[in-house]
Amino acid sequence: MTASPPVAPVATPSVRESRPTPPTKSRRRVIRRPVRRSSTRAARRTRDYLLLIVLGILFVAPVYYLVVGSFKPAAEVLSGFAGFIPQHLSLENYRNVFASLSSDSTGYFLQFLGNSLLISVGIVGGGLIVNSMAAYSFARLTWRGRNGAFQFVVLLVIIPFEAVAVPLLYLLNPERNTLLVQILPFVANAFSVFLFYTFFLGLPKSVEEAARLDGLGAFGTFVRIVVPNSKPVFATVTILTFLTSWGQFLWPVLMVSDPTQRPLPLALSVFQSQQPVDWGAVFAFGTLLVLPVLVVFLLFQRYFVQSVAGSAVKG
Amino acid sequence: MATVELRAASSARGTTTKVKKRKKFNSETLPGVLMASPALIGVIGFVALPFVVAIVLSFFNVRLNSVRPPIFFGIEQYVRLFTDPIYSVPFFRALVNNLSFAVVVVPVQTAIALALAILLNRKIRGIAFFRTLFFMPVVFPMALVTVLWRLILDRSDNGLLNSVVSFLTGGAVGAHDWLGSPTTAMGSVILLSIWQGVGFQMVIILAGLQEIPQERYEAAQLDRAGAWAQFRHVTVPGIRNTLIFVVLLTTILSFRVFDQVYILIRGAGLNQDATRTVLYQATVTIFDENNVGQAAAITVVFFIIVVALTLVQRRVLRQTSED
Repeated sequence: MTASPPVAPVATPSVRESRPTPPTKSRRRVIRRPVRRSSTRAARRTRDYLLLIVLGILFVAPVYYLVVGSFKPAAEVLSGFAGFIPQHLSLENYRNVFASLSSDSTGYFLQFLGNSLLISVGIVGGGLIVNSMAAYSFARLTWRGRNGAFQFVVLLVIIPFEAVAVPLLYLLNPERNTLLVQILPFVANAFSVFLFYTFFLGLPKSVEEAARLDGLGAFGTFVRIVVPNSKPVFATVTILTFLTSWGQFLWPVLMVSDPTQRPLPLALSVFQSQQPVDWGAVFAFGTLLVLPVLVVFLLFQRYFVQSVAGSAVKG
Repeated sequence: MATVELRAASSARGTTTKVKKRKKFNSETLPGVLMASPALIGVIGFVALPFVVAIVLSFFNVRLNSVRPPIFFGIEQYVRLFTDPIYSVPFFRALVNNLSFAVVVVPVQTAIALALAILLNRKIRGIAFFRTLFFMPVVFPMALVTVLWRLILDRSDNGLLNSVVSFLTGGAVGAHDWLGSPTTAMGSVILLSIWQGVGFQMVIILAGLQEIPQERYEAAQLDRAGAWAQFRHVTVPGIRNTLIFVVLLTTILSFRVFDQVYILIRGAGLNQDATRTVLYQATVTIFDENNVGQAAAITVVFFIIVVALTLVQRRVLRQTSED
């Protein structure tokens, strides 16, 4: 404490000296701080807001471009800054999405939507049931081979889907162009089991034990006691699984050649590659593709952010 | 005497635990196995088995829908992959592309994510709105992001980026073929990938930042540490593990790049040589050459890279958490 040089000139020395008790050196600083900070704080806040707004505009510009473009005449979408001006708006592009996708050779938009919904519901729904049950069995039930089985599942987390896509294609080739082949490989998920497992371990045992003493079986305890108390982890797994299944691309590229079996992302990539491209309709298609996710995201955004951050850290 | 007694005691203890185990074995084995088996069957059938099949296939010359039975090939697929120019040149190109993607994306994306997270780690009004804004692209399917950016990066005068460049330079710089030119093709893929993915890293880092106790900043301020000193000595050490995690995660993700490259090469004139990735190469080997064995060999190499990175990640994280 020998140093303590007069770094910043003290703004109001008289005030300090007039205090009844002679303040210690550290207290002097404490007193000085609010004075110094209040001016920089306001400046910093303005700077932060400005930065956030500029970055925010940069970030949101592509989304704005997409949504506005989906209502503009096709010729205006790809025309420099004009693509940004919300004028000549109409639902024409949305009509064209349905009109130009209206035969078995192109597939139908509603069919793509239906495929995507069925695939996602199948993967998410099936996954919640199958993976949570397995996780409960690993976390709470005692059976021979349990630890080995769980270690095995944890080991599989390391294998990304991309590493098994080629052999799966070889094995499932006879089943190509079906919805089932787009659902089944993704239902059981080692990472989801792991997420459920860590959550179940953290639940208090006492309630479950009471239920067991009351004669409820292992499965009954799981369904009646554990599931209702595990909403956060079910929400997390739902969000993560839904995001990946809705955007799934590699597997459909490998397995789906029949237009009527395409999910939305694959259908979009085909739609935007067919000449002549109607960019207005492509943007309308894109908006419709992201709309369900976006609505769910905006409604439950807090959980989205928590899920993604939490799952990544646990993984 | 004593030893005998001890032995007797220990054997008695042994039997009691055995009895206990047997009891539990009886009551919970059936539900336990039944509840675990659907998921177990699933991961065995769709992850473990195909993984073994990938290794087996990589030792065969095998094609889809072929009347000829698979021919055992030994390590020929791997030899070709690494030495036969027909296969090795595009494959090495793909590896290099994945690497250069990682070399740029990992530091840049982490830095942007860190900057955004620090900006958002303030208790000022409207912060939740901005967090939503930066995170939003994460929920966008990559296929859509790609199509959207394809138009932004369009090579004509009417492309959005070309318009911006021409506006900023007063028309001095003309239209550039961002996707087609070998010098900017990878940059374009990187740009759209960062836009889509940075929010993901941002929320992970933000979670790390919020774990740093506020007192440390207060102590630093008492010591008159400036903003930079606080960043260097409080923020960075506080989120060191998170940063390492994010860096390694981003590296692994860099090797899994596929959707954007596939869509842009196949439909938007993206420079193929400058951007083909390992997974793209595997897909092309199946589609254009119907060479499943070769694609399986590529897959195995891909897997080895990812596992190596994952193991490095785990080891580094374990070390730092022990420190």
